[in-house]
Amino acid sequence: MTVDLTTSYLGMELSSPIVPSASPATGHPDSLLQLAESGVGAVVLPSLFEEEIEGADIAVHDHLEASAHPEATRGYAAEPPAQRTGPRHTLDLLRYAKDSLDIPVIASLNGSTAGGWVRYAEKLVDAGADALELNIYRIAADVDSSSQEVEDSYVRLVEHVRSAVSVPLAVKVGPYFTAMAHMAHRLSDAGVDGLVLFNRFYQPDIDLERLEVTPDLVLSTRAELRLVLRWMAILRGRVEADLAATSGVHAVEDVVKLLLAGADVVMMASSLLANGPGHAGFVLNGVREWFTSQGYESLDHARGAMSQASVPDPSAYERANYVQTIHAYSSRYH
Amino acid sequence: MSTTVTDGNAAAAEIAYACSEVAAIYPITPASPMGELADAWSQQGRPNQWGSVPEVVELQSEGGAAGTLHGALLGGAMASTFTASQGLLLMLPNLYKLAGELLPCVVHVAARSVATHALSIFGDHSDVMAARSTGMAMLASSSVQEAHDLALVAHAATLRTRVPFLHFFDGFRTSHEESSIDRIPHEIIAELIDDELVAEHRSRALDPAAPTLRGTAQNPDVFFQAREAANPFHGAVPRAVAAELERFAALTGRRYGLVDYHGAPDAERVVVVMGSGSWAVRWAVERLLERGERVGMITARLYRPFPTEALVAALPDSASAVAVLDRTKEPGAVGEPLFTDVVTALHRGGRGDVRVIGGRYGLSSKEFDPSMAAAVFGELDRPVPRPTFTVGIVDDVSHLSLDPVDLVPSTGDTVGAVFYGLGSDGTVGANKRSTAILGERTHGHAQGYFVYDSKKSGSMTVSHLRFGPDRIDMPWLVDEARFVGVHDLGLMDRVDVFERAAPGATVLLNSPFPPDETWARLSGANQRRIIELALEVHVVDARAVAERAGLGRRVNTVLQTCFFALAEVLPEAEAIEAIKDELSAAFAVRGESVVRRNLEAVDAALDGLVRMEIPATVTAPEPAAVASDDSPTDFVARVTRRLLAGEGERLPVSALPVDGSFPTGTAKIERRGIARELPIWDPEICIECNKCALVCPHAAIRAKAFDPIVVGAVRDEVPSRAATKGRELAGLRLTIQVAPDDCTGCGVCVDVCPGRDRGDLKRRALELRPRQDHLAVERARWDRFGELPEVQRSAVRIATVKGSQLLTPLFEFSGACSGCGETPYLKLVSQLFGDRVVIANATGCSSIYGGNLPTTPWTVDASGRGPAWANSLFEDNAEFGLGLRLAADQREARARRLLEGFRSTLGDLADRVLDREQRTDAEVVAQRADIDQLVAALAELGDPRAAELAETADVLVRRSIWIVGGDGWAYDIGFGGLDHVLASGRDVNVLVLDTEVYSNTGGQASKATPRAAVAKFAAGGKTTGKKDLGMIAQDYGNVFVAQIAMGANMTQTVKALVEAEAHPGPSLVLAYSPCIAHGIDMARQMDHQHAATSSGHWPLYRYDPAREDAGEPGLRLDSRAPTVPFADFARREGRFALLERANPEHAAELLDRAQRDIDDRWQLYEQMVHLHRTAVYDDHDDEEGS
Repeated sequence: MTVDLTTSYLGMELSSPIVPSASPATGHPDSLLQLAESGVGAVVLPSLFEEEIEGADIAVHDHLEASAHPEATRGYAAEPPAQRTGPRHTLDLLRYAKDSLDIPVIASLNGSTAGGWVRYAEKLVDAGADALELNIYRIAADVDSSSQEVEDSYVRLVEHVRSAVSVPLAVKVGPYFTAMAHMAHRLSDAGVDGLVLFNRFYQPDIDLERLEVTPDLVLSTRAELRLVLRWMAILRGRVEADLAATSGVHAVEDVVKLLLAGADVVMMASSLLANGPGHAGFVLNGVREWFTSQGYESLDHARGAMSQASVPDPSAYERANYVQTIHAYSSRYH
Repeated sequence: MSTTVTDGNAAAAEIAYACSEVAAIYPITPASPMGELADAWSQQGRPNQWGSVPEVVELQSEGGAAGTLHGALLGGAMASTFTASQGLLLMLPNLYKLAGELLPCVVHVAARSVATHALSIFGDHSDVMAARSTGMAMLASSSVQEAHDLALVAHAATLRTRVPFLHFFDGFRTSHEESSIDRIPHEIIAELIDDELVAEHRSRALDPAAPTLRGTAQNPDVFFQAREAANPFHGAVPRAVAAELERFAALTGRRYGLVDYHGAPDAERVVVVMGSGSWAVRWAVERLLERGERVGMITARLYRPFPTEALVAALPDSASAVAVLDRTKEPGAVGEPLFTDVVTALHRGGRGDVRVIGGRYGLSSKEFDPSMAAAVFGELDRPVPRPTFTVGIVDDVSHLSLDPVDLVPSTGDTVGAVFYGLGSDGTVGANKRSTAILGERTHGHAQGYFVYDSKKSGSMTVSHLRFGPDRIDMPWLVDEARFVGVHDLGLMDRVDVFERAAPGATVLLNSPFPPDETWARLSGANQRRIIELALEVHVVDARAVAERAGLGRRVNTVLQTCFFALAEVLPEAEAIEAIKDELSAAFAVRGESVVRRNLEAVDAALDGLVRMEIPATVTAPEPAAVASDDSPTDFVARVTRRLLAGEGERLPVSALPVDGSFPTGTAKIERRGIARELPIWDPEICIECNKCALVCPHAAIRAKAFDPIVVGAVRDEVPSRAATKGRELAGLRLTIQVAPDDCTGCGVCVDVCPGRDRGDLKRRALELRPRQDHLAVERARWDRFGELPEVQRSAVRIATVKGSQLLTPLFEFSGACSGCGETPYLKLVSQLFGDRVVIANATGCSSIYGGNLPTTPWTVDASGRGPAWANSLFEDNAEFGLGLRLAADQREARARRLLEGFRSTLGDLADRVLDREQRTDAEVVAQRADIDQLVAALAELGDPRAAELAETADVLVRRSIWIVGGDGWAYDIGFGGLDHVLASGRDVNVLVLDTEVYSNTGGQASKATPRAAVAKFAAGGKTTGKKDLGMIAQDYGNVFVAQIAMGANMTQTVKALVEAEAHPGPSLVLAYSPCIAHGIDMARQMDHQHAATSSGHWPLYRYDPAREDAGEPGLRLDSRAPTVPFADFARREGRFALLERANPEHAAELLDRAQRDIDDRWQLYEQMVHLHRTAVYDDHDDEEGS
């Protein structure tokens, strides 16, 4: 008997627990079709970045308004009569996805102003998003802001958006909270339907030739899985919100582990970018085979089987284990 | 019939578009907008009168446009074109053809001065008057409404008569005036354009089904008779036009005559005038009639064929004296054209008794107002009026000018407002929208006219707005303004912003300071004006409001809202709603966030608006300090400084040069101080590369090397560092200094500066700092810097980046756009060869920032030598430069001949001077030294031929002829001449400042525009690739060709220019020049250049014929194979990104094709670097055969 891989996420029934997360892998109509064909349970479209799209519009506006000379009284550019401005690209893709795919379509949003979060959330909902993922991207670099203040700002933001839209809401956050479990709990209480753990922020690099900081995002590696794995296991059963695992998911085993730890869905991006949309189908088949071979009938059966609450030694998810780990590591190689 | 606010160009273009199937055009100010609008409508698929979408094609010149027009007409299409000035002159040959072949069409002209002693972009009738003998019918419009109405009448009449029409209106004054007009609905156009006549035109087309022959060559036997055969057609024109005007009046209620009389039925004195000036005359007549004077005026509309009968009929029998005003000058003629026509017509019409005098007015948009018109009536009232006069100027040479008569025009309920803004702050755009609101959303009328200064950076705009319940036909500047908007506080130091303020006027100051502090910062003179005129002053910090709304420095929306609130032209709530509606409509296409931010700015604008309490007395010292002077010549003091002070209008004729010859070296006295931030040098971190000085578009940051022992105490007054690189500089100190009053703050120098503190990388050798914090110190240092001696040319390696920048630039402080991509190349040329260079400069940006009064950036060195510069025209620049070469060669040949005669006397010295090739700078330096000796030796000979030789000996220093222009010139209009000059083999150096677009006229596509870039006339992205001009030139084999991009490889740039100049034949250097039309941050222009090269869009190379002669391949690639996809380069520039926003699929396709262009070209170039074009002859065979 084959395992039943259906799952529930943000109140939606998904045919499978694999969901491509917001990345260029979901940014093209063709790849969306291929992902759906591969059997993913839902898709998260690339994030709508308020600052970026408005910045581009204002820059073009400035260019078109430039006129300071009697021979160029109509500016220097031929203004196209129709322009793809603001979030239109994202909204067009969202509408396309809704029209073309049978699976739920989740829109991702990164706002830069209080008004912007709500404004663009409403636009995404109006364009047909089945759910919203708030991609909160903040580096707590202000030495005058306490952890309490930072956490409060997250909650306020969620409440603000929650009050404006009625579709299910997920929040994607980074792992850098002093009290991660408490924070997850607060977000859940604030009305969030799902927590997406974790956001991989753009990270600075240094160009040694030009001696410049070059922030970018490198593809994840499987090593990053461990952090997510821990928190899936810890939070399973402790917060009301659904749990989505993301970061470092590349192989069949990764998905299996996260599901066992307690994830409702497992998200992938880097491996899809590296291997193409078809990789989702390959992983899904492997997951199906594994659970089937292990005798699981359904995901409900397996989910959280290895969560902190369900394992014989719960402290294994918390213990630093430092000395023992290092010892094992060195003895293997030296 | 709907009322709309539009300008004369749009008003005429709308009709021309509706009545055309083909428009062949070429951009020229001030007519360009007509072609641009037609092109935009065509791109949008807007249909013409017959339901088809007209084809709008851009040609390589107006000559080409006229040829295409001719072909389209003979092919049976309805066709038109738009032009002005030199453009019309280039069309003349075809205009004769069109008239000779009775081909119905309309050429719409925004009439502009023809270049004579100087170019001028402004309006008069010298261009259309040059076309008066072509046989074209000519119809003049005097207002925006007329430009709309008579455009239609012209299109109707040309079909009726078969005679082609030239419809014209005054450049700028009408072409660019925003005015309320009644728009002609489609049905009336359809009614007036007779489809049967259209069918007849089409039936006469060249058609192989019914072949005919046109354009025969005729001989003495019949040519003359044939020329007379069309007389009935021309003779029928006045009546036909009158009939069309009648039909038009019946349909619209707007009545025009061939000529129209206005004034007393029993007038004694009458003025005849054509164009927008007629309104000033009309105003004068109204005022004089109120005084009981018997005066009248005739507005002429049909000028060719001249409506003799109508004119005679219009003139009251009582008239005894007539003055005819011409907006042109015809030196040597009995009188100007309209004058002589009127005289002849009156004579023929039996009115030879009338005394007729003729006067000139309004040349190059010279202001013509009712007080000047009244002066003409005054002249007619004299017992013996002057037969010829001028009005509007003070002529103290020929004493022809009339003094204006004080005539305060009653403006009725019309209210005037003036706004002083910076070119970059959007004031003009907002005022155009205000005009639209006032003209379209109230029941009243509005007028907007915009005056710009001559600079491209830090320029000032003055907007003149009028509004009121009645039609506003007042084509002169606003005086007695009830509202004065000062959109930048700094402008109050540059101009008298209250010059046009009426007593008690409302003033809006945009100031970052609260009212009391703002008052304290005003000059004593300004404070006094405010008190004396009892002005009501309000202050707002528009920049702060705009920044909070996310609009950056664009303060226009905030200030527009304040204007409406203060001017009380509409109830405040209604005004705000109207502004919001207008902004929403104007910016909807640019995105919701653009609209939202502007609307937020409207809402926030009035919160910060505060009325200033005006103290009873002046609290600041008067007058403002005058900038220090370097060494003004008489001319500079008498003329240049007055131009700078805005007093050019008051200069008398005697002040101006008779032949257009001006001194150079004047930009330095301007000290415009427009930078907000200055680059400040840190000697500790500097790595002595001098890149900052090389890239500075304004020559405002400089490097010097000096001997600390020689210069003495000054060495301690400028920051410096010991030279650590380069043997030739051993023992010297180096300094880098900004000219704080000349820097524009563009930031290009800081962007390229590689000097950084290795321990604290944010510390750079150059950093932008607030100008006010450093001004005093840097001013003092700049003065000291000037006292440091200039380095000896022989002491530096000038063919290097570092060495070249130790030479004094002889091109400095131009008014080019801040961060201009062209000017660094010109500055470098001036450093390398400036003391022996003659420049032929094509019309374009470089002729504007190079030669637009009041000053020029071309300057002289300590010995008084420097570039001699001239602009001839746009199209002829290569040929013009060749002429300069030939003259230099002739002068040199004569000097050599004379010197030959002294060879035996002068011995070695003569030998050296005669035989030195002077291909290197060292040789040139040696030649100069020998010539100094030569002159001294000749002085002792006491021979008249020796004296002549001494006088001209400087020509024995090799003259460097540089032919400079943009891509519009080199790739398009001047290509034929350029090709010919390159083929001539003569020693000229051509520098093409390739911005890949017509920059000066506002961004039209040229053949240098790359595929996928958006430009005017390529609004959907240019679908064809860029012409490879360098490869075409290489085909000659004897032309040195280089492609350079300073930001990609500075060393190659310097070397290429030096090698080009040394090449004894023709050289062509194509220089990549980023431009604001590219839609980039100009501070980063060098990085864009780098990207252009790394993407392969702009490969660097040198093709040197000397290498071919040496048996090597002539071509060397100086850049590597492309490493960056073209799309990555393109995405960073607005010109490409705009297409991606408009049509992503098309953009992707064009970018893909552009990438293939690059790949193909690189493959070709890579093969060419291995090719030998010179055939190898077997010398042995030759010997045997000989």
